[in-house]
Amino acid sequence: MAFEGLADRLQETLKKIRGKGKVTEADVKSMMREVRLALLEADVNFKVVKDFVNRVKERAVGQEVLKSLTPGQQVIKVVNDELTQLMGGEQSKLATSARPPTVIMMVGLQGAGKTTSTGKLAKYLQNQNRSPMLIAADIYRPAAIKQLEVLGEQLDVPVFSLGNKENPVKIVQQGIQKAKEEHCDYVLIDTAGRLHVDEALMDELHQIKQEANPDEILLVIDAMTGQDAVNVAQSFNEQLELSGVVLTKLDGDTRGGAALSVKAVTGKPIKFVGMGEKMDALEPFHPDRMASRILGMGDVLTLVEKAQREMDEQKAKELERKMRKMAFTFDDFLDQLEQVRNMGPLDELLGMLPGAGKMKGLKNLQVDEKKLGQVEAIVRSMTKEEKQKPEIINASRRKRIAAGSGTSVQDVNRLLKQFQDMKKMMKQMTSMSKKKKKGFKFPFMP
Amino acid sequence: MNFFQKLKNKVAQQTESVTQKFKDGLSKTRDSFAERVNDLLSRYRKVDEDFFEELEEILIQADVGVETVMELVDDLRMEAKKNKIVDSEGLKPLLTEKFVDILAKSDEEETLNIPDDRLGVILFVGVNGVGKTTTIGKMAHLFKNAGKKVILAAGDTFRAGAIEQLEVWGERAGVDVIKHKPGSDPAAVVFDAIQAAQSRQADILLCDTAGRLQNKKNLMDELNKVHRVIKREIPDAPHETLLVLDATTGQNALSQAKLFGEAAGVTGIVLTKLDGTAKGGIVIAIRNELDLPVKYVGLGEKLDDLQPFQAEQFVHALFAELIEENTG
Repeated sequence: MAFEGLADRLQETLKKIRGKGKVTEADVKSMMREVRLALLEADVNFKVVKDFVNRVKERAVGQEVLKSLTPGQQVIKVVNDELTQLMGGEQSKLATSARPPTVIMMVGLQGAGKTTSTGKLAKYLQNQNRSPMLIAADIYRPAAIKQLEVLGEQLDVPVFSLGNKENPVKIVQQGIQKAKEEHCDYVLIDTAGRLHVDEALMDELHQIKQEANPDEILLVIDAMTGQDAVNVAQSFNEQLELSGVVLTKLDGDTRGGAALSVKAVTGKPIKFVGMGEKMDALEPFHPDRMASRILGMGDVLTLVEKAQREMDEQKAKELERKMRKMAFTFDDFLDQLEQVRNMGPLDELLGMLPGAGKMKGLKNLQVDEKKLGQVEAIVRSMTKEEKQKPEIINASRRKRIAAGSGTSVQDVNRLLKQFQDMKKMMKQMTSMSKKKKKGFKFPFMP
Repeated sequence: MNFFQKLKNKVAQQTESVTQKFKDGLSKTRDSFAERVNDLLSRYRKVDEDFFEELEEILIQADVGVETVMELVDDLRMEAKKNKIVDSEGLKPLLTEKFVDILAKSDEEETLNIPDDRLGVILFVGVNGVGKTTTIGKMAHLFKNAGKKVILAAGDTFRAGAIEQLEVWGERAGVDVIKHKPGSDPAAVVFDAIQAAQSRQADILLCDTAGRLQNKKNLMDELNKVHRVIKREIPDAPHETLLVLDATTGQNALSQAKLFGEAAGVTGIVLTKLDGTAKGGIVIAIRNELDLPVKYVGLGEKLDDLQPFQAEQFVHALFAELIEENTG
């Protein structure tokens, strides 16, 4: 499958260059071809790619590349910088109206994830101690209103609806009225999905806009969208004048080149990205990280940030001490398991590591969340004493633990063996790094 | 008889309304695509390197997929050389032929493989928001009109409102829906639906599933379980596993086709939302790289806007203007 990143692609070209005394004009040209292909494979619109490559070429062909010792790295850096810049220097915030409620209108094609994003945005606002109200203006898709109502119930956020017989403009008008009466400070309007070429329905959006006078009009767009993303974004922007974009389903394995296309043709910032099915899986957009992702260079920054957030520093120090003393117990093990898990699905974490795609072993490594659950169940079925001193676990204890955790004795044996091996490994690791003391990093990946 | 005439005749045999539906649905697609090809041909009298490079771009813009485009254009280059074609007009039929070749790889019709004499089971899979439930609603309508007894299984127990959505479609088409509570095990729903379909002597069972991203291991395992449960109850079922694909999807569709194929044995593709400006060219890449046929296309919002896919129709609609010009 054609899914290696730019770094891998350039590696191939560079192999040919290495050993030559000088990098020629032709070499740069062939590198630019790789850049172009990498971006096209990431679904960046071809016109955007063309402009982009021309710009990079101008910067790169100058002395920067030719004099550089590692032209490959230099090119990647130039590309990455340009890409980050193009995607908008920094992240932007949601507008707040001076006269509440702040009205946000969600628009987009069918199936982009408007209703789900509306729910997530409500949750996001809730977390900031705001009180949002949702308006169900999708009267066309069967059960769309029901979907929003269920989400509202889950989040404990009021949902305004007049059923699917009323005109959406009227629904919005009455909804905003209601929000004012109830002193909600944000109103989120979930509109029906529609094609950007559907004149009647686009006109309806226009009317809603006139009625609601929104502070934000967010285009919700699927991160997997291909070349057509430019047409969609351009059309919605021309007809409604968007204020920003929400990029959804970015937790998939798409490279998300659509992000670049949309930004390039509308000039409007991407404000949020959808990163999962749970209601709290809406994150602010980071242009630099998106640039790395499109190029297939991993998402190191996100990983670091996640680790910082989740790893309790004190605990880590304590753990390091214990490891050196070989006093690591199953209690510590559980602790660690918990912390790693809090960081999100493991395969997602692995995906953020640069080069993870390149390593053969890792490519096929599917982290099974269920297996982790099993491990946890086994440890939790041990007594206090057993967790502290695993060596006392004999055959009959094993049987009991297996029964208690709903696993087999073999599973218990395997875990005990792995635990032993891990302790040994830790001992080696810590004795190696005693001299240059480093922070402790996850020593295990079951 | 040249290739265009053959294609035209073949299409002419089909009913006027079907051809019209394809044309209408694809009109946005066709305009830009054919226009661009035409424009290219008029600007380049002679076939040279720049010509091929621009052709590459046009194809990539239709989401045909980088690898497939490179292959296709390389082929054209060779053929042009071999047949000594220097005139760009001479390349036109060759290009169309290549598309039809890829899309209609085998001679057999790409219809659904549903048994006549007993229950046929179709499983629908795909990522979130591609139109699985809507497609099932439309397909239920198609089968019902063909005099079949249809039952729907509400296997999307995850997304809020999904069960209700399928129920509305069930009502519209006048068919029964088997459901459990939200959050219950989809495999159990499908199991019950099979039992119900058998005891009610239904002809067709359409199984909905929750949308899921193909890189979520646990969700793909869940889907695999649904597939296994169906197989355990009826050994040769599901008779079709259809991957529903949004026509606006780019290169990621290849990953979808591959990974859903591994988890649920995908046998064909339903390409939805083709009435927008998206070209759905990725199906050409999917056919080329993974050999999965497109079986149905969604060309609009109405109940009867789901049409069996015909490679000739698809290409004819894409190249309509070119063809009419060519055959006068």
